[in-house]
Amino acid sequence: MKIVVAVKQVPDTATQVKISGADPKAIDTAGITWIVSPYDEFAIEEALRIKEKRGQGEVVAVSLGPDRVKEALRSALAMGCDRAIHLNDPAWANADTLATAQALAAVIKQEQPALVLCGRQAIDDDMGAVGAQLAEVLDWPCASWIMDEAVDADAKTVRVGRQVEGGLEVFDIPLPAVLSAQKGLNEPRYPTLKGIMGAKKKEIKDVKPGDLGLTPGAPQLMVKKLEALPARPPGRIIQGEVKDAVKELVRALREDAKAI
Amino acid sequence: MANAYWCIVEDDRKGAPKKVMSEVLGEAGRLAGGTVEAVWLTDKATDDGIKQLGAWGASKVWVLENAAFAPYIGEVWVPALAELVAKESPKAIFAPVTSRMREFVARLAARLGAGLSADSVGFAMEGDALVATRPVYAGKVLAKMTWAKTPWIATMRPNVFKPAEASVAKSAQVEKPSVKIPTPRMKLVERREEVSTGLPELTEAETVISGGRGMKGPENYVILEKMAAVIGAAVGASRAAVDAGWRPHRFQIGQTGRTISPKLYLGFGVSGAIQHLAGMRTSKVIVAVNKDPEAPIFKIADYGIVGDLFEVVPALTDEFKKLLEK
Repeated sequence: MKIVVAVKQVPDTATQVKISGADPKAIDTAGITWIVSPYDEFAIEEALRIKEKRGQGEVVAVSLGPDRVKEALRSALAMGCDRAIHLNDPAWANADTLATAQALAAVIKQEQPALVLCGRQAIDDDMGAVGAQLAEVLDWPCASWIMDEAVDADAKTVRVGRQVEGGLEVFDIPLPAVLSAQKGLNEPRYPTLKGIMGAKKKEIKDVKPGDLGLTPGAPQLMVKKLEALPARPPGRIIQGEVKDAVKELVRALREDAKAI
Repeated sequence: MANAYWCIVEDDRKGAPKKVMSEVLGEAGRLAGGTVEAVWLTDKATDDGIKQLGAWGASKVWVLENAAFAPYIGEVWVPALAELVAKESPKAIFAPVTSRMREFVARLAARLGAGLSADSVGFAMEGDALVATRPVYAGKVLAKMTWAKTPWIATMRPNVFKPAEASVAKSAQVEKPSVKIPTPRMKLVERREEVSTGLPELTEAETVISGGRGMKGPENYVILEKMAAVIGAAVGASRAAVDAGWRPHRFQIGQTGRTISPKLYLGFGVSGAIQHLAGMRTSKVIVAVNKDPEAPIFKIADYGIVGDLFEVVPALTDEFKKLLEK
């Protein structure tokens, strides 16, 4: 069974983010540490587990972005993906979620996997839309925020539990399908030294829109500009004995902040 | 009506719109200055629910009622609503951020070839164009977003927008359009309910209490639950506490958990790592209690107490009790 995992490279959470002086629509990428978006690691891990459990199959990592994205794909290969596809073209530089989904869908139509896995959202723009939009472009069923999955023996159906308010909804979904991973699905592995060495020999194929018969159109959603967060008013440390401090805190919450 | 502002109704699955709809309808009303309509895909619409939507400012409620709409399945909802969109040409389509709306609205936007601004925290009209504000990069930066064309599609973060004042004088016209209901390929097997905590849902709660690494162990959350019962709060946790196995992941607040925006956030033994701040930074009032005066959470807290949470929590609970029993 072939599985495609959609991966996004994002700035590390702890990294300092500054708005670019030259382009108010972008961040300054100098000095940023890039990582595979954490939810995508759950997706990679799950794909690898499905392959391992079945004892056969292929896991293909796909990512859209500039040259630096190869590093993220290399990490996916080091975890155990078999090969990678890099959607790498300036025409995709301003791709919104829909343009990204359309590009991924075009690759997926060529690859014809039984299953597509992705993270529930990427932690840079937190849009959380590509998985569902990919399913729509492909006209496949999808389940978002999955907490568990089990592919049947014939690789015809997957049973998934999707997280919703107050519980879990369990569905049987005929393959092919798109699933988005929620934290809790698994515990992603660390690449082994052997994995890291092996990844260097694995294929990362560059793909251009022309290879997919695509002409990326203008994005439907654009960043007009980025703004720094408005500063929060300075806070107040309440001093004193615990019994006095909590009295004062409750008074302040009621009378000043009107929060309780 | 063409050019209306549509608000997709999130309900409690029992026929009542959720309270967050007062925020979505309220914001849509401020932007539209006119026609705001609710669109309700449900297996059971109630008269009371329709009245409530009218009171919150919907001049019309489009009721798409069919057993096939429960549970939510994208393959059913999206074509059904897209058919209505094609007929009615709304100018904007808004929904609150909930688990199903997140997926539904994204899939719908793809179907319509339209832009989506997810998890928006602000809107403004600039000339004839809608501009949405949304936090990006773990909430360290705000992005202003614009659309290439209508319909403008967006989801709204709960607890951020001012709710519409309910007015019983207002009522909504009801329209029940007939749309094609596709047969889904995916089938529901079962719904597993979580053990109810008896406390509000984390993302909807007006007050949230959060316990971090300083809680020292799972057994100690009971003191936060006691406080929560007194003030009607939800109880969440930091990633450190969830990764330690003290709380299930559904209670995690932060970048790899839930994003919350309550009126009041109280953090106990929470250090305030960036990944936690990403999930609660838009809270209106932030209270932090931590032994470490250097904990980063004090930088964004409105009120802080440097001290032992195991002394502060019971004392604070007693003070809340005294206040609320008055």
